[in-house]
Amino acid sequence: MVFVEFEDVSLAYEEGGDLAIKDISLSVKQNEFIAVVGPSGCGKSTLMKLVSGLTEPTSGYVYIDGRQIGGPQKCIGMAFQASNLLPWRTTLENVMLPLEIVQPYRSQLRRKRQEFEAMAMALLERVGLKGWEHKYPWELSGGMQQRASICRALIHKPQLLMLDEPFGALDAFTREELWCMLQELWQEQPFTVILVTHDLREAVFLADTVYVMSKSPGQILVKRDIDIERPRPLSVTYTEPFAAQVHVLREHIGSIRQS
Amino acid sequence: MMVFNRRKFLIKHASWMLIVFLLLVWEMICVGFNVPEYLFPAPSSVWASGVDRWQPIMMHAWQTFFTTLVGFAIAVVVGVVLGVAVGTYPIVYKAFYPLLVGFNSIPKVAFVPVLVVWFGIGTVPAILTAFLISFFPVLVNVATGLATLEPELEDVLRSLGASKLDILRKVGLPRALPYFFASLKVAITLAFVGSVISETVASNMGIGYLMMAASSSMDMALVFAGLIVIGIMGVVMYELFAWTEKRFTRWANRGVNNTAI
Repeated sequence: MVFVEFEDVSLAYEEGGDLAIKDISLSVKQNEFIAVVGPSGCGKSTLMKLVSGLTEPTSGYVYIDGRQIGGPQKCIGMAFQASNLLPWRTTLENVMLPLEIVQPYRSQLRRKRQEFEAMAMALLERVGLKGWEHKYPWELSGGMQQRASICRALIHKPQLLMLDEPFGALDAFTREELWCMLQELWQEQPFTVILVTHDLREAVFLADTVYVMSKSPGQILVKRDIDIERPRPLSVTYTEPFAAQVHVLREHIGSIRQS
Repeated sequence: MMVFNRRKFLIKHASWMLIVFLLLVWEMICVGFNVPEYLFPAPSSVWASGVDRWQPIMMHAWQTFFTTLVGFAIAVVVGVVLGVAVGTYPIVYKAFYPLLVGFNSIPKVAFVPVLVVWFGIGTVPAILTAFLISFFPVLVNVATGLATLEPELEDVLRSLGASKLDILRKVGLPRALPYFFASLKVAITLAFVGSVISETVASNMGIGYLMMAASSSMDMALVFAGLIVIGIMGVVMYELFAWTEKRFTRWANRGVNNTAI
């Protein structure tokens, strides 16, 4: 069942200006994990904004769950390269934020605060942040902030998780740790994921399908299915089929550079 | 260790020591050069005059304190409301800003006679002058705090389907709070300037009036006593708001406590 669909979508940020993305058509199945890779400035983040309803396409249509998008969506969780935690809130309060906004949680919050807090605590514990709930974001390391940010994106049980280079600012070890964490979360309670990244290993390790985008205007060059068996342990990244997948994608990116 | 402690002690009490030092220099100049009291009274005679006329000084000081606080309170309310409007809606910003900047450039002392014509002399023009002079920094800071909101923080909420009011309540206002508190410190000192100016020009109450009356009878010691009382009130209120700022916006001053000696 198709959950997110792009139909010949183009977008120019200024009227009559250069296109940021051009004629994008892709479809994401329910609970599929897709990754979009490409050189910087290829409009990957634009794609995110289109799906979340923060911007409207200049031409073409974007559908979520069969409905055309008009305005911000509430079944979406988002996490960005910067954790964007609110510095005046503790980790727990940050994670609770979507519950203060998204219905039906919003109207139940007063009555069920205890229950929701337990929910948030459980999620934080799940990502290894037990004991940090009442710390402020600046007291957390970069990796911990990003874990909290992902918790915030998932607390309202969205059907679609959008990740915009969420591990880009982390060191290699932390990054790999979070890959595994994300994969586990996704396998336990499946949701649809759109991951935007420039890290090919990350894309191949996590995604079912990888799309390669070309430089401005962003167009989809290649769609590649990654048929590595799940759950994927970290050691899979050192195997031959994995390396082959990364290599093929790398060559496509390389050819974009030359053109 | 000893040296370090002494250094710490010196830094902690630097402001008091400077005041004492300046008072001593002042006293020595007045005594040493035999400056006549009607020109420049020594701190000792200012003190004597202050103690001597304690009661009238206190009465006038309360009047000034009261008008300042009322003017300041109005300024905070108006500043916050206009600041939120200016910071949230670009159209309000475009429409109001030149006007507000222009208004802020007018020396408020030039406006006092107008207020006197409208409201008579006394408390009302003093309150209004205190308000007029101190609302601008509050407005600008609140507006700046809101306008410099990181778009990413806004996106986090917008992607959840938050309304404009939600964004203001959950992100905008908390984010602007440090700016707001910083502006209170500036505004309260300006409010004192405003009310004293107005009292000097058109009142028969308040420290400003007291100083005018004293200087017309060449009682310089009393004039200086008045000045010092205003200064003390200003410092106390400033410190009060500095303390509240620290308490309520610790997240914005993180690390400051560690680096402060």
